[in-house]
Amino acid sequence: MRVRTEPRFVRYSLIMIALIFFGLFIILPLVCVFHNAFAKGWLFYLKTLQDRDALAAMRVTLIVAMVAVPLNLMFGVAASWAIAKFDFKGKGLLLSLIDLPLSVSPVIAGFIFVLMFGAQGYFGPWLMARHIHIVFAMPGIILATIFVTFPLVARELIPIMKAQGNEEEEAAITLGAGGWKTFWMVSVPNIRWGILYGVILCNARAMGEFGAVSVISGHIRGMTNTLPLHVEILYNEYQSAAAFAAASVLALLAIMTLIAKTAIEATIRQGQR
Amino acid sequence: MGFTIFYLSLIVLIPLSMLFFKTASMGFKEFFGLITTPRALAAYRLSFTTACLSAAINAVFGSITAWVLVRYSFPGKGIMNALVDLPLALPTAVAGIALTELYTPTGWVGQYLQTMGIKAAFTPFGITIALTFIGLPFVVRTIQPVLEDMDPQIEEAAASLGANRWQTVWRIILPMIFPALLTGVTLAFSRAIGEYGSVIFIAGNMPMRTEIVPLLIMTKLEQYDYAQATALAIGMLLIAFLCLVTANFLGWLTSRNLGKA
Repeated sequence: MRVRTEPRFVRYSLIMIALIFFGLFIILPLVCVFHNAFAKGWLFYLKTLQDRDALAAMRVTLIVAMVAVPLNLMFGVAASWAIAKFDFKGKGLLLSLIDLPLSVSPVIAGFIFVLMFGAQGYFGPWLMARHIHIVFAMPGIILATIFVTFPLVARELIPIMKAQGNEEEEAAITLGAGGWKTFWMVSVPNIRWGILYGVILCNARAMGEFGAVSVISGHIRGMTNTLPLHVEILYNEYQSAAAFAAASVLALLAIMTLIAKTAIEATIRQGQR
Repeated sequence: MGFTIFYLSLIVLIPLSMLFFKTASMGFKEFFGLITTPRALAAYRLSFTTACLSAAINAVFGSITAWVLVRYSFPGKGIMNALVDLPLALPTAVAGIALTELYTPTGWVGQYLQTMGIKAAFTPFGITIALTFIGLPFVVRTIQPVLEDMDPQIEEAAASLGANRWQTVWRIILPMIFPALLTGVTLAFSRAIGEYGSVIFIAGNMPMRTEIVPLLIMTKLEQYDYAQATALAIGMLLIAFLCLVTANFLGWLTSRNLGKA
């Protein structure tokens, strides 16, 4: 065993380097958010969060997540099912296309929907004539969010489904279960932790998306402002404490996401033993 | 199956193809002129160098972090392991204002840098800091599983053949994690080059000096200059694509060399 480790001095310095780097880049920003959020005391904190614009922003963020997450969940299950359980041509291409939104800049993600549905866009005049608003309105924000969070559920499910193979489903079908029944009673329970994890990740990203939403929302206060955009507006108006108060809600969401993730990973690991 | 492809085309392919349609409606000369204005070139240079720098920083410190997390035990390790993913979970706008607050001349870190004569906020250095934050999980999370799966016998064999620890790390372990390291660095780089939310607050956004490409696209959009915004966006997509192909090729090359050796 001795040969697989380093002298104590090297060990400790590496740990120190990692801890300092980590503290500087991860811990400090997190502490900074909460420190600044309460800089003007509890009362001010609560008051900012009950502000009319803040509440409206939270409502928009919740609605967007409530539409985007279930749609991407449905897609994620369907896509990972198709990829893991069947063989077909162009599977590699499909896989890389699913990952595509991750390597597209969020600004571009918002922009393409403006190009499509905006006043100068391809479908813009048609929509205008019928008084349908997509850009600078709720549908646009939801579309951009779906684009950005598109691969998250599928990416979690594909490896799990691949690892499980087809045997259990085949057994269920030979025992007389129909396709739908097999899916709900055999496949879904097998991937339930993966689904939960994918949904949590997708939700965190949907609620926190900034760049794409920023392009397409038009920043109309009380109407199309999401919580991250609200943070930006407050910060640019030099209302630092208020901005950080709103940011702390999002930071809390991020921390809860990480806790849930750690808990789910621990559960999966126990299940494997 | 049909649903998968239908939804994929509806949400991803058709909207993205809009960019190419829009570009196709311009002549090549017009397109080339739009992406080579001095301001655009300055933005490209800035985005490229800061993304490269941050990827390099993450390559070093991300590897150390992954190594420490896999090989050593120390207090706070569990928390550290969980928090590595924070940059992915924390909304970019939140990260952006927090980092700006830290690195302004009156901030917790900024005041010390100030006494050393270093300006962080509103300079390319500040942009690099924000991009390093964003890219860290990509490097750590691609190296970690490779280190965990590594066969201990290989290192023991190297030691029993007379290699000292340094030689083992340098000649055996590093080449083994190198493909993963390249993949992680590429992911971090491609994320960094498109990053918007965490950068705009700390960058200061001065044209020609601290204006990154995504921000320039945003500015052009606000001025309804869709033609240049499209041209810049296409340029960025092509760069990202080129990087991915190059890095994939490098990764393939290293794994092939390893297989031969």
